[in-house]
Amino acid sequence: MNIVCAGINHRSAALDIREKFAVGAHELEETLTCVRQIDGLAGAVIVSTCNRVEYYTASICPLRVLEGLRGYLQKRTGGNESAFYTHESPASVRHLFRVASGLDSMVIGETEILGQLKQAYAAAMDYGATTRHLNKLFQHAFRVAKQVRTETQITRGSTSVGSVAVDLAGKIFGDLSKLTVMILGAGEISEKTARSLVSRGVRTVIVSNRTFERAAKLAGEIGGMAVHFDNWPNAFDSADILICSTSSPTPIVTRETIEPLLARRNGRPVFIIDLAVPRDADPSLNELENVYLYDIDSLEQIVSQSLEIRRADVERCEKMIDHHVTDFVAWSRNHTDFIK
Amino acid sequence: MDRILLTGATFCLLLSFGYTLFALGAGRFRPGVVNRFAILGGFVLLTLDLWNRGHSQGACPINSLFDVLVFTSWSILLIYLVIGPAYHLSLLGAFTSPLVFLILLAAQLGPKGSTWHAQRDPWVAFHAALSLIAYGAFALAAVAGLMYLVQNRQLKNRKAGTLLYNLPPITDLGTANARLLWLGFSLLTVGFIAGHISGMQVSTLKFAASILIWAGYGAILLLRRLHHLPPKRTAEASLWIFCVAMLLLPAIQYLSSPK
Repeated sequence: MNIVCAGINHRSAALDIREKFAVGAHELEETLTCVRQIDGLAGAVIVSTCNRVEYYTASICPLRVLEGLRGYLQKRTGGNESAFYTHESPASVRHLFRVASGLDSMVIGETEILGQLKQAYAAAMDYGATTRHLNKLFQHAFRVAKQVRTETQITRGSTSVGSVAVDLAGKIFGDLSKLTVMILGAGEISEKTARSLVSRGVRTVIVSNRTFERAAKLAGEIGGMAVHFDNWPNAFDSADILICSTSSPTPIVTRETIEPLLARRNGRPVFIIDLAVPRDADPSLNELENVYLYDIDSLEQIVSQSLEIRRADVERCEKMIDHHVTDFVAWSRNHTDFIK
Repeated sequence: MDRILLTGATFCLLLSFGYTLFALGAGRFRPGVVNRFAILGGFVLLTLDLWNRGHSQGACPINSLFDVLVFTSWSILLIYLVIGPAYHLSLLGAFTSPLVFLILLAAQLGPKGSTWHAQRDPWVAFHAALSLIAYGAFALAAVAGLMYLVQNRQLKNRKAGTLLYNLPPITDLGTANARLLWLGFSLLTVGFIAGHISGMQVSTLKFAASILIWAGYGAILLLRRLHHLPPKRTAEASLWIFCVAMLLLPAIQYLSSPK
């Protein structure tokens, strides 16, 4: 039994082409029914995400199935099927294992794809579109992904400034739900970082900006409160995380400003995220006890480190996957099904 | 049977320690089932060993330097098993196992010292056992303090190493460090009171050293309570004072015991 994969992803086609191929949840059953009518095809699973649309099918005559799939896609998209790549066993098996492990993703090691694969497989099962080989293949893929994630560093660290900030906040404070974030300078990047923190449980946000109206607008959007810029040192008492991104040419968060405020905090730590260029916070603040200062360079450096760690482990992941591909292909050879 | 249980316990701790080193090398610095079972196994074997020796001595088995080291190891594991999960500090085990392993190794390979007469006065036995359990808590406070210092260094250096992602949040480590110090201090205080009630006689040197250590821990906690000692300094102090206690008390005990 051969596993045939036909697909399109972020590397093979731009978004405007990918969106034409997308298979929404409302049309999945109908699409699966159409695909299963292809001559020689035993079963199918359709994976449709923002970065990829892939058809995984089981067949004993792959050429006929590939031809049938091309014909179907041509009819569906009006002749754009040339952007599609196709794989047969064992390349198709390796491809699925790589996708499940996050090795084929735009950000190496991302884990969201595994959940999407599980959903796609569950949907195909619900519609009765899977076969013994496809069941075995997908269950094997989930096992491979789990092994790769636990035994390598492919998912290690964060890959965006916002998520690094959230991770670091977690490593300083633990539970984020009782924290207060203060935004100094209502810029786009500080807003994104604050939103990342809010999405991870932070409940209280204070926004301070030279233009109070802008602070009030952002506070309204995030669900926080606005403070006049002159009053930020007073509001700092209740803040645990300070995100700065003003356009001030000189540092505004200095030792002289912060040291008297720290004395009032009874040893409560503060995490300062300085996203401004030129910097808003005096770099020497990091030497103070209970102050953890990260500027844009240090955050981006952590992002690069994480990506580097992930890339360095790709080879190890590939070796693990090769081993599993061999296992699956051997099983597949010994368990030949006939087409219904 | 005499040493089988103890050797088995030492082996369990070595296994946990070895697994930690292996996991660290493989970039998987997470407490696993191996750590948990090895520590639990070590604790069970040590409990059986103490039970056997207590039974044969007809008293709490803390009648020689060897006994003290084994009982301290048991206390550390006891406090870890009770406190560790409550504070979500399962990784504490990865740091605890090498410490207990070294203490057990020292007990087995170090000088045995003479055996003191068995403590049949219940107050004296209570005083000794409680004091050793207190040192178990102080040992774990030192371990939590060490973890705090490692995490603080990682955060200050802005390096996203394996340790940063696997150590608990620094605030939790600071809290655990302080609570373990309070626990140890409370137990030691009650132990001292029990010793006073028993009217036991100890050498002036031992008494002075014990009071000094007790006062040292008391001072740390008072300063921390008054917010004059930040968590980093508390962690450093708990580490130093424990090291001093571990060197000073066995040495005094060894020197002052009848030869």
